[in-house]
Amino acid sequence: MNNKTILRKKLAFLSGDEAVAQGAFEEGLKVAASYPGTPASEILEYLSRFNEIDAQWSVNEKVAFEVALSASIAGLRSLYASKHVGLNVAMDALMTSAYIGVNAGFVIVSCDDPGIHSSQNEQDNRLLAKIAQIPLIEPSSPAEAKEFVKTAFKISEQFDTPVMVRLTTRIAHTKENITLEARKEIPNKAFEVNIPKYVMVPRNAYQRHIELLKRITKLQKYAETTPLNSVELNNKKIGFITSSVSYLYVKEMFPDASFLKLGLSFPFPENKAKEFARKIKELYVIEELEPYLEEQIRMLGIKCKTKHPSYRIGELKPEFIPEIVKGKPKIEEPYSARKPVMCPGCPHRMVFAVLKKLKAVATGDIGCYTLGALPPLASLHTCLCMGAAVSFLEGFKKGVDKNVVAVIGDSTFVHAGIPALINLSYNKTKGLVIILDNSTTAMTGGQPHPATGLTIKGQTTKKLILEDVCRACGVDNVDVIDPYKIKELEELIKKRINEDALSVVIARRPCQLIAINKNFAPSFDKEKCKNCYLCLSINCPAITKLDDGSIEINKDYCCGCNLCVEVCAPKALTKNEKS
Amino acid sequence: MKKVDTMNVLFCGSGGQGVLKASEILGWAAVFEGYHVKKSEVHGMAQRGGSVESHLRFGKEVFSPLIPEGEADFLISFDSSENNRLKHFLSPKGTDLIKYLDKAKKSIHDKRYINTFLIGVLSGFLPIKENNWLEAIKLVFSNKNLEENTKIFFQGRGEIL
Repeated sequence: MNNKTILRKKLAFLSGDEAVAQGAFEEGLKVAASYPGTPASEILEYLSRFNEIDAQWSVNEKVAFEVALSASIAGLRSLYASKHVGLNVAMDALMTSAYIGVNAGFVIVSCDDPGIHSSQNEQDNRLLAKIAQIPLIEPSSPAEAKEFVKTAFKISEQFDTPVMVRLTTRIAHTKENITLEARKEIPNKAFEVNIPKYVMVPRNAYQRHIELLKRITKLQKYAETTPLNSVELNNKKIGFITSSVSYLYVKEMFPDASFLKLGLSFPFPENKAKEFARKIKELYVIEELEPYLEEQIRMLGIKCKTKHPSYRIGELKPEFIPEIVKGKPKIEEPYSARKPVMCPGCPHRMVFAVLKKLKAVATGDIGCYTLGALPPLASLHTCLCMGAAVSFLEGFKKGVDKNVVAVIGDSTFVHAGIPALINLSYNKTKGLVIILDNSTTAMTGGQPHPATGLTIKGQTTKKLILEDVCRACGVDNVDVIDPYKIKELEELIKKRINEDALSVVIARRPCQLIAINKNFAPSFDKEKCKNCYLCLSINCPAITKLDDGSIEINKDYCCGCNLCVEVCAPKALTKNEKS
Repeated sequence: MKKVDTMNVLFCGSGGQGVLKASEILGWAAVFEGYHVKKSEVHGMAQRGGSVESHLRFGKEVFSPLIPEGEADFLISFDSSENNRLKHFLSPKGTDLIKYLDKAKKSIHDKRYINTFLIGVLSGFLPIKENNWLEAIKLVFSNKNLEENTKIFFQGRGEIL
């Protein structure tokens, strides 16, 4: 268990992610599976500390979903967690899981990212719960998340259904006082063979669809009476129907208003909404992202005011609420935050410096290396979703042909790159895939994956050998190289990039955050410096241009990777063997 | 009609400066003091040198996890450009603690302790007892370099009290 929670026994200060995990632990959770993704990663990290829970990082979300769901069918309470886009990967399993239902309780935690703090889109997964026809629970805060996840397990078992608990970044990454409670030991359920329920062939699935509709009708009644949906009648001149963190923003700005706060928003409590609307003079519907509540309320013929459509983009903030009430559109402010950058000494930088020099077109993927798209490197040219770098190589080879390369991280390659690599080989596409192997899932905080040989609990396990996998996929040339050997790296990429063969170059060096590699900073000869700023082209945070136009190497940040030495044409920067 | 009994402290800086550790210390100190506390921040980019901000609010009952613009009582900055970027969050009566950043940089030789110094400064303004601050420091630093951290905390606190 967490040191902090041991020290303070019952008192804790937990994030929404940790609170969901704690609640699930207390409610007798036995199996949990996920793939890392901000803002959801901390859920499994927290759960992995408990001996009572079999927690795992799965290779991807689809597998994670199936691991957790199968445990439920086999009789153990289970949980799947991922970021919003992770659930897309598990969508196939999700859709039919609603037909099959559960045995022991099964909870799906989706952490959405309104505002796109660390994602490729800001899809609203409330809509997925509606499409799949599974109950949707929306806590507003960490403390509520802990309580609601317990109710989610009960609903799951009572109604024989997977249940979605949806957090957003502002719940997942908000910390709040939490009271820890004892774990309930819930006995496992027996698995009974039930082919009509668990084998989704057409006839059975048709019958299960009928069952699904019956279940939704029952849940509709439950939604009308559950305390998850609460009414606060105060000033009846102004009232809000709202859910999730939006409730807290509205409550902050309009503390005396009346509220219908929806904690279970699918199925929608129609009568409760109608009754609330009758009591309120001026009714507003406030929600982040898509008009999900709004559409259901309007369908009931309830008159309400809602946000200007411009507020569907980005996250809400408390100060937006009075503007929304006035009916004003959102004013987009210029993005002022400092851009992230690859760490000093990051082994990805070498690869992008070479690709920039070769003027290559690089199909990219999701991870720290996506930062290779930012200027001045600007050497990564597409990023869609997990694994797409490898499949994109096919289209680009057909169109652009020369000087095209795919770049993908090690964890992402294992997640979704392998089928795409097989596809390249099977469909006779020639070309180069570079696996940026920093031996961790870096961007989400350094989680292990199959090619690290470690489990979520830090135990050693069978290690996936990437070069063997590539060969088995039918790749003609597999080279492994240390990207710090920049000249050899350049020669190798030059040789492979336009060759009539399918090649994989594994650029292997551990992430600077897991194995800090600190050598002496290079020497800088100011006399020789021509202010050509080639050294700035590699976007290293340890190199700064001062106000007078001269260059400075920050020795605190510099890791001595000497990439700047390689790019410095006038040889003002030289490798330093001693301090 | 807005609630006024909530204390709002906004921390800002960039990845790797100890911003989140500092707000974590205030968070625990306020929890020990018996307040309802909410702390909101965004992870993922923090170690990649991007902007980091942490909203910390405490009081009898806190609603929004984010400080509404123009309502921060204190702005505590680890970086002057981030300070400029977020100044508009300060309430007209709010206090900008930026001048203590220069003091910290001058008087603290090991920059890992700048956050402890700034927390010491902040502690001089907030209704939280000294022992709760010390408990929080112990907890957040897992007893690491406790003597040095405590010394520097009091050095910062001494700027105010």
